[in-house]
Amino acid sequence: MKTSSKWPLIRLVPKQTHFEFVHFARLAASISILLVILSFVSFATGGFRKNPVETFNAAQGNFGQKTSAVFADAFNLGIDFKGGILVEAVAPKAIDIADLRSELHHLPIRDPQVQGFDKPNQVMVRYLADHEDMERTTKIVRDAISQKYPGTTFPPASFVGSKVSGELYQNGIMALVAAISFMLVFIWFRFELQMGVGSVAALLHDVILTLGFMSVTRLEFSLTSIAAILTIIGYSMNDTVVVYDRLRENMRKFKKMPMAQLIDLSTNETLSRTIITGMTTLLALVGLTVIGGTTIQSFTIAMIFGVIIGTYSSIYVAAPFSLLIPRNKIDKPEKIVDDRP
Amino acid sequence: MINLPPWRIWTVVIVTILGIIWAFPNTLSEDARNKLPKFLPHSAINLGLDLQGGSHLLFEVDKNAIYKQRIDAVSDDMVGVLRGNVEGSKTKLPALAFSGRGVSPDGLTAKVTMTNPSDVTEAVRRITTLGQPITDANGVSALKDLIVTSNGTTISVNLSPEAMVSMERRAVAQSIEVVRRRIDETGTKEPSITRQGNDRIVVQAPGESDPEKLKSLIGQTAKLTFQMVDESVSMQEAMAGRIPPGSVLLPQPSRPEEPYVLVKSRATLGGENLTDARPNQDQNSGNWVVSFRLDSAGSKIFGRVTTDNVGKRFAIVLDNKVISAPNIQEPIPGGSGQITGNFTLESASELSTLLRAGALPAPLKILEQRSVGAELGQDAVNAGAKAGIIALAFVVVFMLLAYGFTFGGFSIIALGVNVILIFAGMGTFGATLTLPGIAGLVLTLGMAVDANVLIYERMREEYAAGRSVAMALDAGFSRAVMTIIDAHVTSLLAAIILFYFGSGPVRGFAWTLSLGILTSVFTAVLVTQVLIALWYRRTKPTVLPI
Repeated sequence: MKTSSKWPLIRLVPKQTHFEFVHFARLAASISILLVILSFVSFATGGFRKNPVETFNAAQGNFGQKTSAVFADAFNLGIDFKGGILVEAVAPKAIDIADLRSELHHLPIRDPQVQGFDKPNQVMVRYLADHEDMERTTKIVRDAISQKYPGTTFPPASFVGSKVSGELYQNGIMALVAAISFMLVFIWFRFELQMGVGSVAALLHDVILTLGFMSVTRLEFSLTSIAAILTIIGYSMNDTVVVYDRLRENMRKFKKMPMAQLIDLSTNETLSRTIITGMTTLLALVGLTVIGGTTIQSFTIAMIFGVIIGTYSSIYVAAPFSLLIPRNKIDKPEKIVDDRP
Repeated sequence: MINLPPWRIWTVVIVTILGIIWAFPNTLSEDARNKLPKFLPHSAINLGLDLQGGSHLLFEVDKNAIYKQRIDAVSDDMVGVLRGNVEGSKTKLPALAFSGRGVSPDGLTAKVTMTNPSDVTEAVRRITTLGQPITDANGVSALKDLIVTSNGTTISVNLSPEAMVSMERRAVAQSIEVVRRRIDETGTKEPSITRQGNDRIVVQAPGESDPEKLKSLIGQTAKLTFQMVDESVSMQEAMAGRIPPGSVLLPQPSRPEEPYVLVKSRATLGGENLTDARPNQDQNSGNWVVSFRLDSAGSKIFGRVTTDNVGKRFAIVLDNKVISAPNIQEPIPGGSGQITGNFTLESASELSTLLRAGALPAPLKILEQRSVGAELGQDAVNAGAKAGIIALAFVVVFMLLAYGFTFGGFSIIALGVNVILIFAGMGTFGATLTLPGIAGLVLTLGMAVDANVLIYERMREEYAAGRSVAMALDAGFSRAVMTIIDAHVTSLLAAIILFYFGSGPVRGFAWTLSLGILTSVFTAVLVTQVLIALWYRRTKPTVLPI
């Protein structure tokens, strides 16, 4: 070992670490499974606010319809996916949202949702309506707000028809399915099928937990949320690939080493990179969240959560899955993709 | 590493210079951009509607209305051919007896029942002659638009699938044309009117524009007709449901004292005969009116009808609503006239605009309407820019702390080149920067250093494993590059999928992210490599400073 210089000023991770990650794999798996289950509970209870059994019994229709009624409130859907009308208001003074909410609930509009906006004097109201009713209902809502807060100004309202919102929803699901399948194929092609399955398990884990997070926190679920989830998929894969890459290299280098030890070694070797990249990404995201304004906050908060979960999952979900890989599969010479020195 | 091929240095230098030239217009105002010499690039990044404010309207062409129109016409024309009329000829064929002529409830099938089963073949032949050639992308095709089938004595007429496609395509193209004319008349700045999918039209108007006004301007079919008022029965009788055949009761919203008018179904004259329409103030009453001018064919008909019907009323009907139903006081031969009604200057101007631009071939249904105030858009740009600078500062400080001034500095230079290339790329490809796009850009900054981190960490490891500085640098590079490419491909895949399925602002995000991934591979791998190689040649270090 040569003499080391004074740089760097900070070192997040010691030059060599020997954490026994695999040792905690069982515990991590239990936590992950628990969190996944909690996410699903949150979907069914509208973020732990409703009793799913009551919702089920109160719903009309057959079993399928009753079940979908239970999950109908899983997310705080924006008008992108729910359709309806969005009225924004800018009042001359701060708006008491809770008060306004109870006020608007008495109006003859369907399912009104009141939500704060960038500044305390801004508010947005979402409700369900067809376009024929747009003029009439926006007037009702605006009149009600004007009465409480005289001098309020109203930017133009927005409307998304149920046909479009249905398509957007479908496209969103398709995008997620396509992304996950492409990743499976890519990893299968570049590495091994088992690794592909491992990375997809990690992805599903990340996606479900992020959705669960959005469900619990009632962050608005919109088109940009789909963008956030896809970016998380990209990021989490990126992390996973780096670990797998090292794992594959070490498998060739240390042919006799047991798999669990190999995983520990590879994860430790890439740990410093994992943490530094995670840090820079998080720093950028925190900057966005604090200063970027409410409009992108639901996006950036979901991203922050996703980056943390993605980092965790590439260590604890993706890597242990490769324990299932028989060693001989890797050692087959025709499977070696690159033969670098 | 040490034997750095000169082409790599040149690639880095040339791409960086090109990047600066292409990114440069973004730092200028629009006026200054237009003054740039011709040989320099002019294009700057487009701001999305969410950043510059504006309205986005999505319409669907009601294609069923067009199909119904055609089937209705066929159903009417069937009478003539079955009675033996031959188009363009005085000779008559023998009349065929039929009954039960009508249109199916969905309006897409015309039906007729022949009295004599022996007439069916001849009837099918005659009805088939009503078919019109289909125009497709290659011009007029040999196919006809009608499919005539018989079942027993009942004959059904449907539109062929090819005809439906062609009618839909034509209707959408025409609608876009009409919408464009209408919007141009209002002087809206840089509207974008595009087709989406098969039967949808997207209208985007940036800046401070009133979406409601835009919507009412576009959403009206504006089918204008002149129809004679049917005065054969009293209004009370008509309201009670005794409507004579060939007449129809239409609402007249502008006159509460006469909410409905009974008019003849057949239009005397249509909006297509109009050559001009202007808002005007009536000299006698001072009320706002719309004065119009007819083409020569229209003038002739109008002159004849007004001469024959002095003292009677005729109705001016827009989209099946009566605007007004004045008395014909005297013959109007010149082909120009006035439409009276309860007009204000504004509504008279709007109607004039609609009439000048022509009617839509089919009603447009609004599917989506979104607006962002220009002020909110500006706020978003400011917040985004501030967040971007702060994020960049965070990353820069962090990299300096983690890797020192030399290697940290290299990654910051690479990051700077990266930002320049992203801006250059977005301007050149005409990509749209949206609010999520800004987030994508900032995120890219955070992730762009990932490649540097991978390389540096690998160098550290190789160095710690006992290799010389030169060997460590070399091995660090060659081993990290494959990982970098693998890792970035996954992010790129996600971004491409997002672009494919996403819409609007999300597409802007996907664009920024994809571009950022590509440029960061270039800058991290090539730029960093060149910088480190040059540094190594100059200083010949014996210790790796990371």
